Amino acid sequence: MTNTRCLVWSLPTLFFAASANASTSMPLNMTKGATEISQQVYQLHMTIFWICCAIGAVVFGIMFVSMILHRKARGGQPASFHESTKVEILWTAIPVVILVVMAFPATTTLLAMDDTSAADVTVQITGSQWKWHYKYLEHDVEYFSLLATPREQVANKLAKGENYLLEVDRPLVIPVGKKIRFLMTSDDVIHSWWVPAFAIKKDANPGFINEAWTRVDEPGTYRGQCTELCGKDHGFMPIVVIAKSEEDYLAWIQQEETRIASEKAAEQELLAMNMSMAELMSTGEKIYQGWCVACHQATGMGLPGIFPALKGSELILNDRNGHIDVLVNGRPGTAMQAFGKQLSLKELAAVITYTRNAFDNNTGDTVQAADVFAVQQGKGE
Amino acid sequence: MSAITTEHDDHAHDHKPSGIKRWLFTTNHKDIGSMYLIFALVMFFLGGSMAMVIRLELFQPGMQFVEPHFFNQMTTVHGLIMVFGAVMPAFTGLANWMIPMMIGAPDMALPRMNNWSFWILPFAFLILLLSLFMPGGGPSFGWTFYAPLSTTYSGDSTALFVFSVHIMGISSIMGAINVIVTIWNLRAPGMTWMKMPLFVWTWFITAFLLIMVMPVLAGAVTMVLTDKYFGTSFFDAAGGGDPVLFQHIFWFFGHPEVYIMILPAFGIISAIIPTFARKPLFGYASMVYATASIAILSFLVWAHHMFTTGMPVFATLFFMYCTMLIAVPTGVKVFNWVATMWRGAMTFEVPMMFALAFIVLFTIGGFSGLMLAITPADFQYHDTYFVVAHFHYVLVTGAVFSIIAAAYYWLPKWTGYMYDERLGQLHFWCSLISVNMLFFPMHFVGLAGMPRRIPDYALQFADFNAFISIGGFLFGLSQLIFVWVLVKCARGGVPATAQVWEGAEGLEWEVPSPAPYHTFETPPVIK
Repeated sequence: MTNTRCLVWSLPTLFFAASANASTSMPLNMTKGATEISQQVYQLHMTIFWICCAIGAVVFGIMFVSMILHRKARGGQPASFHESTKVEILWTAIPVVILVVMAFPATTTLLAMDDTSAADVTVQITGSQWKWHYKYLEHDVEYFSLLATPREQVANKLAKGENYLLEVDRPLVIPVGKKIRFLMTSDDVIHSWWVPAFAIKKDANPGFINEAWTRVDEPGTYRGQCTELCGKDHGFMPIVVIAKSEEDYLAWIQQEETRIASEKAAEQELLAMNMSMAELMSTGEKIYQGWCVACHQATGMGLPGIFPALKGSELILNDRNGHIDVLVNGRPGTAMQAFGKQLSLKELAAVITYTRNAFDNNTGDTVQAADVFAVQQGKGE
Repeated sequence: MSAITTEHDDHAHDHKPSGIKRWLFTTNHKDIGSMYLIFALVMFFLGGSMAMVIRLELFQPGMQFVEPHFFNQMTTVHGLIMVFGAVMPAFTGLANWMIPMMIGAPDMALPRMNNWSFWILPFAFLILLLSLFMPGGGPSFGWTFYAPLSTTYSGDSTALFVFSVHIMGISSIMGAINVIVTIWNLRAPGMTWMKMPLFVWTWFITAFLLIMVMPVLAGAVTMVLTDKYFGTSFFDAAGGGDPVLFQHIFWFFGHPEVYIMILPAFGIISAIIPTFARKPLFGYASMVYATASIAILSFLVWAHHMFTTGMPVFATLFFMYCTMLIAVPTGVKVFNWVATMWRGAMTFEVPMMFALAFIVLFTIGGFSGLMLAITPADFQYHDTYFVVAHFHYVLVTGAVFSIIAAAYYWLPKWTGYMYDERLGQLHFWCSLISVNMLFFPMHFVGLAGMPRRIPDYALQFADFNAFISIGGFLFGLSQLIFVWVLVKCARGGVPATAQVWEGAEGLEWEVPSPAPYHTFETPPVIK
């Protein structure tokens, strides 16, 4: 029976030895993280881990000693004792004491995590299939954050970058040393916003708002992922948070406010002009790859039974305004979202034009920002 | 195992139809038990092959073999098949075979219902499996089918999924009623409650859990059905519902369900350890009380699956404390098994090896369960591979290992032949090593931050996932040895004695091996 013991105990050892040669290093333990709370969580994790190890060492130790000493092969006669109320009470009471001791720090930490009061900055986080939307409630700043890893890398056509699947086009930016309150919600299914370095994992439930908070000590880039199965591309909606000094943060906020304001102004001008087919098609293709491809696929064929094909679509070929309407208002009760709230008029015009002419649809017509605007205002002819 | 019973039940009074009719119309608890066990084995390999698809895709970063949508169908159907198709029917099969023989009853109390509860199962799984071939594929929302992913955003296979879960539920409820009625009414004279073998006790308590929670699951799937197709809004906030309500209902079923899959395992281990330690079970009464406590507590801990949903903090604290409390009766069980071994005279035949591995590995799963109970730490573990490691330790090296141990333990009683001990040992060691290669590294991957249910992952997880996949393939292959042992044992071998094992005690060891088609037509008298 010594064999069993050697094997059972040498498995983890073997495993550590194997992983030491790993090319990309993966931490073998929970992160200590970047906040006071995450440190406390790490401490709790280690405490309960060592308690388990100690109990395991005692119980398995006695068990393996028994397996060596009390074998029939050693010629021993079995004893016949089979109960002892004293022992039963003892090994009921000892675990209870251990658990009560453990419950105290766990409760303290949990209460601290729950206290979202007196926040300096509030960010509303909205999940939708398969992207995050960040809105700074104190400022006119809001934007979507999408996976930035090119699809070619996923399909193994390009070499994978360092932050494969953990990179986004527009990260969330927060100031260090400030209490940040997050309000989580969702536009469709349940998502869950997890940044391990902050020890925050909170579900984004459609129709309800959840709260969480953090105070990050060190500037840096922190990465996380969606952790609630949210459909096909659940594995492809990462989170990136950049913590900046307050100065840099305020400068960034100003820059974003200017950018968003100027984009809005440009929208108005756009209504009066016509973009060329070539320009619409090239912008449209870019938007399609970022926002549409997950469901409707690169081929425009969709996935039969769940995501309709755009190629040869009756709606696209025969009902131009209907097509615009679906893009702007979505299809309630399906995965088709209302992109009127998510994309600019120019982007919508471009992607609609693209889908009307790509995949052999070849309608030959363009859709301009003004056309989209008209539908948005309910005035589409 | 079916072949055997046909060959060896040459007792004069065993009149039964031959061929397929025997199996279709049988009301014999042994025939039905065999069918349940064979069905479970087939489902184990089907669900296992889906796990192989999952591990194949996760062998390397990037998408190589399947699409994310199909990957989600694989994780979903793998879970459903393993829970409802493999583990639960295997336990029901063991209950059918062994409970009447253990309490000195001639058969199950409701034999026609017994036939029905088995024969609807294949249809439930046929429906579930065929839904994979629909346009849009089968269910892809995880075996937990959280709304609104399973309602508004699911494909049309959802209706078939709901229907098949209903049939599985009806089958389980009928099986559970049968177990309760049998144990309550058909015990031989002198078989008092506190003389019943622990396998009978644990199944008795499990059956009550089943009756209480399967209707809740039926309610949950029905609400999903009406939300999706009939315009109700149980789980849709826009219509006044609440998606989190779904999770409360699901886990009110789901947590007792976890114990449904482990309590009979406790009974099996409590039978095997004393036999091979040649020493009576330590603390029989405390084992019964511990089982009952676990069953009662299982109704008070459901929301520990939902710590991240944003429950009020005091509800969270309540569920954290109750969950930690479950460690106490579970600990008592493990301590009792070790005390049973202490100063015994142990031998290490295959059933004992699997039982010993069960104690160590199930306890490791229990430890990670305790860690998951600590809510602040759970925020870091939740929905990562740490959880995947945890529940596979309790379900594979827990429930499945106990079922394998039970199969080796009672196989000579079923077939009349001893199984091949060397092959069995080979099966054990291959399984032990590969299962730990498969599930142990998942703890580290989870702690490092890899979410569960993702088809592709960041590069840092690549080496570990490759290693895990190799462990997975080896574990899958190791189970082929098991099939080999079973087939070999069914075909012949060294004839088994009635007692089979030197230290075995109980009524099932007093009937000849193989057990005659009808046993205890005259009830035995227990002193």
